Amino acid sequence: MRELSLNVLDIAQNSISAKASLIEIEILESTEKNELFIGIYDNGKGMTKEQLEAVRDPFFTTRTTRKVGMGIPLFKMAAEMTGGQLAIESEVGKGTKVKAFFRTDHLDFTPVGDMTSTMLTLITMNEVLDFVYTRTADNKSFTLDTRSLKEILGGVPFSEPTISLWLRDYIEENTKQLTEV
Amino acid sequence: MKTLEELMALRDAARAQMTTRDDSGEVTRIVVGMATCGIAAGARPVMNKFVEEIAKRGLKNVTVAQTGCIGMCQHEPIAEVLVPGEEKVTYIQLTEEKAAKIILEHIVNGKPVAEYTVGALKK
Repeated sequence: MRELSLNVLDIAQNSISAKASLIEIEILESTEKNELFIGIYDNGKGMTKEQLEAVRDPFFTTRTTRKVGMGIPLFKMAAEMTGGQLAIESEVGKGTKVKAFFRTDHLDFTPVGDMTSTMLTLITMNEVLDFVYTRTADNKSFTLDTRSLKEILGGVPFSEPTISLWLRDYIEENTKQLTEV
Repeated sequence: MKTLEELMALRDAARAQMTTRDDSGEVTRIVVGMATCGIAAGARPVMNKFVEEIAKRGLKNVTVAQTGCIGMCQHEPIAEVLVPGEEKVTYIQLTEEKAAKIILEHIVNGKPVAEYTVGALKK
């Protein structure tokens, strides 16, 4: 994957497949410590201990069409290449948490990339699901919660062109503000 | 800066427009493969391009949806175009440029872009 935002999009698809109704995505950056944390949490059906063991293995997948699943292994590799790590916590009936730590000063660190596109794709393609997106850069933070936006929208879908354009700019502008001094 | 007040205004405008929208006629579907293979090959910008072109041209009754792995990972990004009453067309190895052309030629003018389809693959 060319940027971490694509890994996030991919891992969130697992949450969607696991019938989650709420997916939380958290990105924390510390410029001082040169650390990046990405968390993807869902309230989907969760995994058993056996599944949890197997999911790091590229030759494990719940899919029946093919015998490989590369999502988690690729994300894990991206983290470990920088000297970071990946952890997964899961409980049947409760949900799954995927947490990845990265060293941003490592040569092999993949940039976060276009998280706005990832969030926009997730939100507009899954109108019935809810997303909470939190982006923190040092001491500044921005949170987007589709539940409060839906209250305003009152049934008008995010995929409506004028609404999705607003959403794109809203996420983009708020993200930019985080890095402004 | 975008504000929530703006969102409220856009909501009201969208509502007014939605009531005047033509509900008759069947919906054309564009389905983009968004599994690991598709995403890694560049499905996200392709899907965004489809959505953008549809919005730009004000096309009604065309929706973009995502699906999992279509089963030909080496040919991703892949999209299927399903026009009601016509045979499904599978496009492979898509780019943003190809997506724009598909909207114009296939969706607007009704003529599938044969050179981008899976059928055009050299045996």
